[in-house]
Amino acid sequence: MKLASDRAARQVRAGGLALPLVAFIFLSFLAPLGNLLTRSVHEPVVADALPETLRVLEGKWSGGLPPDAAFDAIARELPAARETRQIGPTATRVNRRESGMRSVIVKTARRVARFQSRAAAGEPWRLLLPEIDEAWERPESWQAIRAAGERFTDRHYLNAVDLDRDANGDVVRQPPERRIYVSLFLRTLVVSLGVTVLCLLIGYPLAHLIANASASTSRMLLLLVLVPFWTSLLVRTTAWIVLLQQQGAVNDLLVWMGIVPDDARLSMIYNMTGTFVAMTHVLLPFMVLPLYSVMRSIPKVHMDAAASLGANPTQAFLRVYWPQSLPGVAAGSLLVFILSIGYYITPALVGGQSGQLISNMIAHHMQTSLNWGLAAALGGVLLLAVLALYLIYDRLVGIDKLRLG
Amino acid sequence: MEHSVRLPLARRLGRRTYLTLCGAGFAFLIAPILVIVPLSFNAEPYFTFTEGMLRLDPEAWSLRWYEAILAPENGWGAALANSLLIGVAATVIATVLGTTAALGLASDAMPFRRLAMGLLLSPMVTPIIIVGVGAFFFYSSLGLAQTHLGLILAHAALGAPFVVITVTATLAGFDRTLLRAAASLGAGPFTAFRRVQLPLIAPGVASGALFAFAASFDEVVIVLFMGGLEQRTIPRQIWSGIREQISPTLLAVATFLIVFALLVLVTVEWLRRRSE
Repeated sequence: MKLASDRAARQVRAGGLALPLVAFIFLSFLAPLGNLLTRSVHEPVVADALPETLRVLEGKWSGGLPPDAAFDAIARELPAARETRQIGPTATRVNRRESGMRSVIVKTARRVARFQSRAAAGEPWRLLLPEIDEAWERPESWQAIRAAGERFTDRHYLNAVDLDRDANGDVVRQPPERRIYVSLFLRTLVVSLGVTVLCLLIGYPLAHLIANASASTSRMLLLLVLVPFWTSLLVRTTAWIVLLQQQGAVNDLLVWMGIVPDDARLSMIYNMTGTFVAMTHVLLPFMVLPLYSVMRSIPKVHMDAAASLGANPTQAFLRVYWPQSLPGVAAGSLLVFILSIGYYITPALVGGQSGQLISNMIAHHMQTSLNWGLAAALGGVLLLAVLALYLIYDRLVGIDKLRLG
Repeated sequence: MEHSVRLPLARRLGRRTYLTLCGAGFAFLIAPILVIVPLSFNAEPYFTFTEGMLRLDPEAWSLRWYEAILAPENGWGAALANSLLIGVAATVIATVLGTTAALGLASDAMPFRRLAMGLLLSPMVTPIIIVGVGAFFFYSSLGLAQTHLGLILAHAALGAPFVVITVTATLAGFDRTLLRAAASLGAGPFTAFRRVQLPLIAPGVASGALFAFAASFDEVVIVLFMGGLEQRTIPRQIWSGIREQISPTLLAVATFLIVFALLVLVTVEWLRRRSE
């Protein structure tokens, strides 16, 4: 009895110590992620701006124009939305359903005031609105408003995988020129896989050398891995821009050695090559360090034993060393892969047009196209992929062993 | 190889190839960083070695880009002040909360240990763009976007996992009987922690704090999405430098950051040796 309550007390104490950080991570980290995921399905702007109009539109009207009440409601609600500065966001969202509607809505919101006296005199908005813009006589315009007025939408997620809904609400593929996200996700996966393989190819012999050198050499060599690890990511990216640009040191060297003619200097930056080289450089320490810590624990006598039993070096490596180093290979590769699929900074700075990855597209929708819902949905898909990899990492390696350094 | 026995030709060739590959690998890691340093002393606004530099002509070398850092209109001083303020505040939060949490996580009585660990370490692997976008939405709704406080909180969340990792690793080597000894001599739990445990795990705490500070000091994406003109940090300043007009001043700043990295590295290695 005493023992059980003792254990309970210790559990409470341990949990209590961890609780402040858990709460802090919930508030400062998970809440922002939750907000992002909410935004990917929740889009209240149009619904909040045009509640009355939408209520009328939700009633039965098929084929032609909506009832006159819809015209009256929107003539009231558009100027009101203009007052509260919601007209821009509203117009943008309707425009995504039916292009051209942005200017129609903004213009109508501005001009309705001029028609107030005629409306007061009894002329119906049903006839006045088409005077402002004839788009109001097209059923498609009203369908676009109704579609944009849905509070909860799966549309961003459909768009994120190159699908959409047609006028009947059926899921269809996007027209070919708008199918860009699936191939971008695939490109991100291929680049991440490529960077992981490159890191493994370069990192494996390095880790092996560090693990098998004498203590002082080993410490020296480890420093060569740790210096880039601790050096600012932006500094390393700047270094590659300086080295790889057309008038940079590498091209100068190649020209001087006569390998490349002066008028045909190589473009190695602001394209996919730049992304590959810089990402591999940045992520290489994350491969070498876990490999090294596993290889350090492989007894050196194993290879000698294999040799004394008649194995040649290749056989000894493949059948004795490689299998024992696999935990390190798994830990390093998974870590590099997880970090690369979310990579943003390096592709943004050295990737040019062709070297952009999914993270850069998210930033584009946040900063340039201002399609925040789509940015959030693309982020949601990316987050799901990383979460899956994180769980695999936990299964294979164990999260306790996650050490960035 | 310490054996003086001559190895067969094939093996010698193999060994030589292996060492060459390793040499190339190490050069790939370190050369780009080393090249930056001399280029920052270029007298010309170029990013490559001029003939004068190669001849070691003193005229071709200069400190002009270092002088440019000091010019207030370039904003590097203000950026450093912001970076330090945000970095130090975020580090304090991350270190206090991270160390406390590690004390709980290291206990075998910790409930939901694996889940808690997975949760607390998740900021390390979450793609930074998602963190940046989410932070922008969330902190804007609280009115904390474009404030130092918002950035401090977001950076503290990024830094805390590093503290958790280093302190739990240090605690694994901590002899818990010392705490019982302290208790038997009449120390309360808090006194025992402060006078016995904390001094012994201090190296782990300090290196976790350094990790957390470095994470904030090098963070650009959250600042990009959430910070305003008043919150421009050093990485943010480098970012716009690369994006707009890349100037050799960046190389001078980079040289400072390389020196900073070396100092952090030496300190962390020293702390690691102390805690072993």
